[in-house]
Amino acid sequence: MSPVSAVLRRELRSYFVTPVAYVFLVIFLVLAGILTFYVGDFYERGQADLQPFFVMHPWLYLILVPAITMRMWAEEAKGGTLELLLTLPLTLWQAMLGKFLAAWLFIGLALALTFPIWITVNYLGSPDNGVILAGYLGSWLMAGTFIAIGACLSALTRNQVVAFILTALVCVLLILVGQPQVLDFFQGALPRRLVNAVAHLSMLRHFEAISRGVLDVRDLVYFLFSTLGWLIAGVLLLDLKRTR
Amino acid sequence: MIETEQLTRCYGNLTAVDALSIRVEPGQVLGLLGPNGAGKSTAMRMIAGFLVPTSGSARVCGHDVMREPLQAKRALGYLPEGAPSYGEMTVREFLQFIVRMRGLKGEAGYRRFGAVVQQLQLEDVLGLGIDTLSKGLRRRVGLAQAILHDPPVLMLDEPTDGLDPNQKHAVRQLIDVMARERTILISTHLLEEVHALCNRVVIIARGKLLADATPAELEARSRYHGAVSFSAPGSGMSQEMLGRLPQVAGIEVDPLDGRITVFPKPGARILEPVETLLREQGLEVSEIQLERGRLDEVFRHITTSGEDRAGVPA
Repeated sequence: MSPVSAVLRRELRSYFVTPVAYVFLVIFLVLAGILTFYVGDFYERGQADLQPFFVMHPWLYLILVPAITMRMWAEEAKGGTLELLLTLPLTLWQAMLGKFLAAWLFIGLALALTFPIWITVNYLGSPDNGVILAGYLGSWLMAGTFIAIGACLSALTRNQVVAFILTALVCVLLILVGQPQVLDFFQGALPRRLVNAVAHLSMLRHFEAISRGVLDVRDLVYFLFSTLGWLIAGVLLLDLKRTR
Repeated sequence: MIETEQLTRCYGNLTAVDALSIRVEPGQVLGLLGPNGAGKSTAMRMIAGFLVPTSGSARVCGHDVMREPLQAKRALGYLPEGAPSYGEMTVREFLQFIVRMRGLKGEAGYRRFGAVVQQLQLEDVLGLGIDTLSKGLRRRVGLAQAILHDPPVLMLDEPTDGLDPNQKHAVRQLIDVMARERTILISTHLLEEVHALCNRVVIIARGKLLADATPAELEARSRYHGAVSFSAPGSGMSQEMLGRLPQVAGIEVDPLDGRITVFPKPGARILEPVETLLREQGLEVSEIQLERGRLDEVFRHITTSGEDRAGVPA
């Protein structure tokens, strides 16, 4: 596992050496606060929970996660360091895992830094902290899937802008696919079972279930499997590029 | 040891490396020579396990690069073309990253780090960002990265590109020292480098192997091999007489500096007869030189006649 941790450390360090980490953290925390209080009506709801906070997370990730994953492989391909990295004694899997874990830990840090909002809600009332913990877990799992999508699509191209746009596009599709408007659109065209299947692809549906405090195995499996699936696709893409 | 068997790589219709079979033994420094775009880097990328061969195979220390990639990569130190490294890291961070990737732990890692930094004279720049370094320094960092784990096989893609003459000299000395018990493959398009470094030369063009010889053997193929050249003012008369020597095939005069080159007939030695004749003529010769042969001429001849051959349908 040593190469994985070496890649992980290098990636994390590069977030903090370049301004990426600080820009991300500041924007994430500021936006999370603003959206929760102004758009999410945190006070007006009169309820001691963090629903308005977690509801915004998919949309925050939609913009911010592609921004940190876009450089993951595209930058290495463009700068020639991909050749250096892949001729060191490590497997593609180890490289992918190291990079993924670095980004995932980083998002974990960003989430941890939202603790003032948790303190606030505990100060104002007596929320169910188990539900809040589930919300954080769900949010982190969802971020993992977003990162895996970004990692895969960054391996596809050496252009970071392309990687960003593709990742945002796939993520928005996975968020929207379970919305009633989208399902209504499919309702007429597809058989009911297929519509249900499409609805189950929805990231939002699984995330909302977890963040309400319902830890259903199916929701956890959804995030773990889709994360793994995108990572496998990314590794296959990288491997394919070596033959082209 | 590096072995390739019928190593081939195609990009669409273009065959970048065409059935290349070479074998480099420990103690050898093989210079892979060829014009730009000849397939040198592509061949090296396949040996390093970065690119997958279209067909054929490559082995490093007996490990097939496709079947046992990790073992092959462990045995290999590789400097990719352009010496890529992570620009946002400092030299120290970058080399420590390589130490960890190479699985060098504790005391051993620390010792190798120190030795390599000293060997490549990087002590003063350890704290600097790689992005801020000059081209020559960056190349040295790349070299440090390649030799950090003290590999039995070393593969360097244009190791002295972008270095000034002093740095080139230092790098060549380093390679010379390392060469004794190692297998070294370097690619270059600098012919002087071949003289300075290599005990074997492989010339490729359009992905095909065109020559495999020692530098001396290649020089012997030059028409300048065994030729005698000298500068002597007012030697018009003796030129004619030189031409009449039985061993001499021809004479050329450099239109710029008037230097005279006398070419021998195949296998003939002409230094002595030429010297004797000049002395008899009472000519003041400031300096006379026996030519070893010119690699650039042989290189041009081999790589461009290969072009002719490629143009003819088989």
